Amino acid sequence: MEILLPFLTGILFSVSMYFIIHRHLFKLILGLILFGLATNLFLFVVGGMKRGGIAIISQGNDVPVEPYADPVPQALLLTAIVIGFGIQAFSIVLIKRVYQAFKSNNMDKLNNNEKI
Amino acid sequence: MPANLLLIAPLLLHLVGAIACVFLWRFVRLQTVVVAIVQITFVGISSLMLQQVLTQGIQVTQIGNWHAPFGITLVADIIAALLLLTTSIAGLAVFMFAHVALDITRKRFGYFPLFLLLQMGVSGVCLTGDIFNLYVWFEVLLICCFALIALGTRKTQMEGALKYVTINFIASGLLLTGIGVMYALYGALNLARIAEIVRDTHENAHLLVLPGIFFLIGFGIKSAIFPLFFWLPASYHTPPIGISAFIAGVISKIGVYTLLRLYTLIFSAEIGFAQPLLLVLAGLTMAVGVIGAAAQVDFRKILSFHIISQIGYMLMGLAIYTPLAVAGSIFFVIHNMLVKTNLFLVSGVVAHRHHSFSLSRLGGAYLRHPFLSIMFLLSALSLAGLPPLSGFWGKLMLAKGGLEAGNYILVGTSLGVSLVTLLSMTKIWNEVFWKPRSTRLKMALKETTSTYASYFPVVFLLVFILALGFYAEPVIKLSLQSSEQLMHSENYIDAVLKSNTIPVEPPSSP
Repeated sequence: MEILLPFLTGILFSVSMYFIIHRHLFKLILGLILFGLATNLFLFVVGGMKRGGIAIISQGNDVPVEPYADPVPQALLLTAIVIGFGIQAFSIVLIKRVYQAFKSNNMDKLNNNEKI
Repeated sequence: MPANLLLIAPLLLHLVGAIACVFLWRFVRLQTVVVAIVQITFVGISSLMLQQVLTQGIQVTQIGNWHAPFGITLVADIIAALLLLTTSIAGLAVFMFAHVALDITRKRFGYFPLFLLLQMGVSGVCLTGDIFNLYVWFEVLLICCFALIALGTRKTQMEGALKYVTINFIASGLLLTGIGVMYALYGALNLARIAEIVRDTHENAHLLVLPGIFFLIGFGIKSAIFPLFFWLPASYHTPPIGISAFIAGVISKIGVYTLLRLYTLIFSAEIGFAQPLLLVLAGLTMAVGVIGAAAQVDFRKILSFHIISQIGYMLMGLAIYTPLAVAGSIFFVIHNMLVKTNLFLVSGVVAHRHHSFSLSRLGGAYLRHPFLSIMFLLSALSLAGLPPLSGFWGKLMLAKGGLEAGNYILVGTSLGVSLVTLLSMTKIWNEVFWKPRSTRLKMALKETTSTYASYFPVVFLLVFILALGFYAEPVIKLSLQSSEQLMHSENYIDAVLKSNTIPVEPPSSP
């Protein structure tokens, strides 16, 4: 199972990049969400996965019982998920406003709107 | 002031100010008063911080008294304090300009709280000593930038904001990935601790290049270095000047600051890999930025492209990596923050009067506003680096450092680019200020005869720019001191990791 996760991360990264460069507003939303997921999954996988106990130190001990997973990447992950969620929410609203203003899904039509 | 209070003050100040502004949502006048108080206090606190760092050395505090490699550390050394001081001065000027020139609708919909939170993000990035915390502060800063660029939702603004959001989201993702790699390799997040580990013979020490590339790309996108800069001229000119002056003047240099910090503190152990790459990137960034500017016909777009070329100069000092060159970079960052903000403000004043940023629609400003024209000329010549104005000293230090290190091609490029910068500034001067205004346009656009209040921030910044030029020695000395501090990172490491000597009371056993 663990061997699949790096491949999954790679696939998520490539799919998200494909969506982002596709110049379509809805695919941009999908791309951004998948990119956020890919980075989060990467952070989780690279932090090392272990089956077994949790890193809570039981009373009377100085260290938790081996084997336990490193809690730091998980803490980072939680923070990153929250931040990513906020930014994704903002970008979805922004993209919706862009769609309403330009009446188009095609990002090529967004260019050269400036009157000089 | 004790270090723990001093370091937390810039963050708390802006946070409290922003919260107060949110509570005063309907009362724009009261919000203005709050922001004015916060800005002036910020200038005071950051000068106090600089003074204290100079007299007492690096200031460190551990948040929540969690000791150094485990908790979050706030650190102020000379470069951080200098940057904060410059930010606070530029912020004060932009605030004064926005107070006069920004439309009331944007003020009503949260301009002031966003502006304060943005500065909180900048302070956090400058002060933090923890790599994940750095990422978090960057996100704070970016989300405010996103909101500010989109504020008002004009069509062009949304187009710019979409590009800005997408590319910066990807950059943040890459940074986070780099942090993951860093933690997986070294098991630490504290900058000082990582620096200590990579200097030891750690089993993964030779893999330092891997996170280095992630950080170079991530911060490279955020600071718009050569192949990654396309989003900057597409988005920085879209919001009104009260917003874009601060973003263009200050935020783009924060990426360079983090590169300076990380590449001197952590990746200096592997500088042999990064240096040739940085040398090439610096040269190309300068050249491409200035060539891009030559093709533009919009006041703000020309200035935006010049940001890119000046990022090249800041990178140049880091790439040469001698104390003098790094000092040149630091001086250049400070000079550029002030000058670029001021040039954007001048373009704002001109547009405020003539309702256009387009070079072909403007003209004859010298005849109407000779004082404003002189102020533009001084800032523009300072940007181009004519002696004795401030840009000259930065470029002199960089060129001298480069020649001493034997990087003749890069120094040659930088001098050539300065010349083209001068050409570009002359173009703005000719088109906006010097050429007569066509009569057809004179009839079509009626000129706003507003007060001279919008001149005040420009004059305010110009005082600092001129002081930086004519009385450069103290700042040059500070930059040299600061680069010494950056190059000898063991001081930083010691200050952070040895500051655990605060006596922790043992739990009193009954």
